Amino acid sequence: MTSVLERPAPPAAPPGRRRKALRMPGPWTYAALIAVLAGSAFPVYWSLVVSSQTPDKVDSVPPVLVPGGNLFANIARVFDQSDFALAMMNSLIVSGTITVSVVFFSTLAGFAFAKLRFRGRSALMLLVVATQAVPTELGVIPLYMMMSDFGWAGEIHAVIVPGLVTAFGVFFMRQYFERAVPDELLEAGRMDGCSSLRLYWHVVLPAARPAAAVLGLFTFMQAWNDFFWPLVVLTPENPTVQTALSTLASGYTTDYTLVLTAATIGTVPVLAVFLLFGRQIVGGIMQGALKG
Amino acid sequence: MKTDWRERRHRWDIRYAPYAYIAPYFLLFAVFGLFPLLYTAWVSMQDRNLLDGDAATFIGLDNYVQLLTADPYFWNAMGNTLSLWLLTTVPQILFALGIAQLLNRRLRGRTFFRMGVLLPNITSVAAVTIIFAQLFGRDFGLINWGLELFGAGRVDWQAGTGSSHTAIAAMVVWRWTGYHALIFLASMQAIPTSVYEAARLDGASAWQQFWRITVPMLRPQIIFSTVIATAGNMRLLAEPLLFNPGAGAATGGSDRQFQTAALYLYEQGFAKFDFGYASAIAWLLLIATVAITGLSYLAARRIRTD
Repeated sequence: MTSVLERPAPPAAPPGRRRKALRMPGPWTYAALIAVLAGSAFPVYWSLVVSSQTPDKVDSVPPVLVPGGNLFANIARVFDQSDFALAMMNSLIVSGTITVSVVFFSTLAGFAFAKLRFRGRSALMLLVVATQAVPTELGVIPLYMMMSDFGWAGEIHAVIVPGLVTAFGVFFMRQYFERAVPDELLEAGRMDGCSSLRLYWHVVLPAARPAAAVLGLFTFMQAWNDFFWPLVVLTPENPTVQTALSTLASGYTTDYTLVLTAATIGTVPVLAVFLLFGRQIVGGIMQGALKG
Repeated sequence: MKTDWRERRHRWDIRYAPYAYIAPYFLLFAVFGLFPLLYTAWVSMQDRNLLDGDAATFIGLDNYVQLLTADPYFWNAMGNTLSLWLLTTVPQILFALGIAQLLNRRLRGRTFFRMGVLLPNITSVAAVTIIFAQLFGRDFGLINWGLELFGAGRVDWQAGTGSSHTAIAAMVVWRWTGYHALIFLASMQAIPTSVYEAARLDGASAWQQFWRITVPMLRPQIIFSTVIATAGNMRLLAEPLLFNPGAGAATGGSDRQFQTAALYLYEQGFAKFDFGYASAIAWLLLIATVAITGLSYLAARRIRTD
């Protein structure tokens, strides 16, 4: 997924006055919102319900709607009967590496685009913005051929390397640096004889921390959830979590408790990230930052 | 001597360092993003099947001619893609507007509600589809059980075109509505309240204020959401693939009733290893994506601004 469009951030509202003028919510608003929330959470909850039941309970009528006591037994079965431990490990390595790399290269390039003067800067930046709209997944066939030629097909580098940079990351960090790092600070550093690399390391990178954290969160979740390319280039013997799920789901006789337990386990890392940093993630989207 | 060297290093730093900082992005994107996409055009003009030993013969536009004039499966897949586009994009935007409107109040537990509506978006498409496939199961699915409870008949969701598209659309809408709602909410909060006060003085009802003020003011965000929802939908693959996991998953149902264009590309490329043919599908899909995205952009732009 590499499409995002540049769009103007909504103008900041005058503080104080605005909040007060918003309508007070009545009980119906809360009722409606709780209904929306229930709808949002239900499939995730349902996955947990099924993964805590014994297999025979799943096919019962009426269906069981509350969690049972079989969760740990099912988790043990998932790890016994499939390569899920390897899948989790692979997904962690893939998402971790991609996150570190995207944050590093995006801050570096974002710094250059926002704060350094060089020939062709605006044209090159326009190119970055334009590449966000390019649906690169449609190039999967040559990409697969390349990976085969490199001898990487079936290996996790084949998933990692194409994800090491994103246009979105460069764009996102550049927008942030334009506003957040004052030119005076950099000039002062220059006066003291700092090279641009030292400026990057000692001034820009520390200032980038909040935005880099949000970019890192988005990148991690995206990499963790990626499905199409890993499905194409990896084998069932060396899966990521998402391709392992698809293999589990496509058995001849599907054991739903097993499959949904795996789905639940595979959701835990992003859910944990979300519960810890949900405020920042929501804030990032509301700034119009997250790509689709 | 020493200052001279420093001086020179400084000049080099000013002039060339920026290129070094942006080079990794452009190099990696060129090799792993742009090159494969362009090379697809070349492969699409070849007769190239991995099962025939990957011998490549140049055949010009034959793959395209075959696809456009003699391949009903291709047109079926394009039709399904369009149907799912309509079934997902419109509800996503409408629901998101409604939810944003609900969230745009002085709520207690604001962060909690915002995180709640975003929850579907953080879950993986693979997990979501597997969960929904179970909910939409024919014999023991919760949805059919509910339908029966209310006196309606059971539906074999996968079997029909309309029913399978409804189920797949439900997965997409469920996963993306909250994301769009938060984007709308951000701009709703920036609309000056004086506009609403003036409208109230003129006797506008809440409903009129919503359609005459809020929606037109959100036009840029609605355009953005429509465009990304459209672009995402044209690539729809995981949902139809995993809705019916198993041996024939790539065909999107026994009768290809929910095979999307991206899934057909996957079938030709990675189930039949017909790389030439699959590449031609990729290019046609790219062209269709640009066309449909452009059309939806124009449609969204027509939102009235009084």
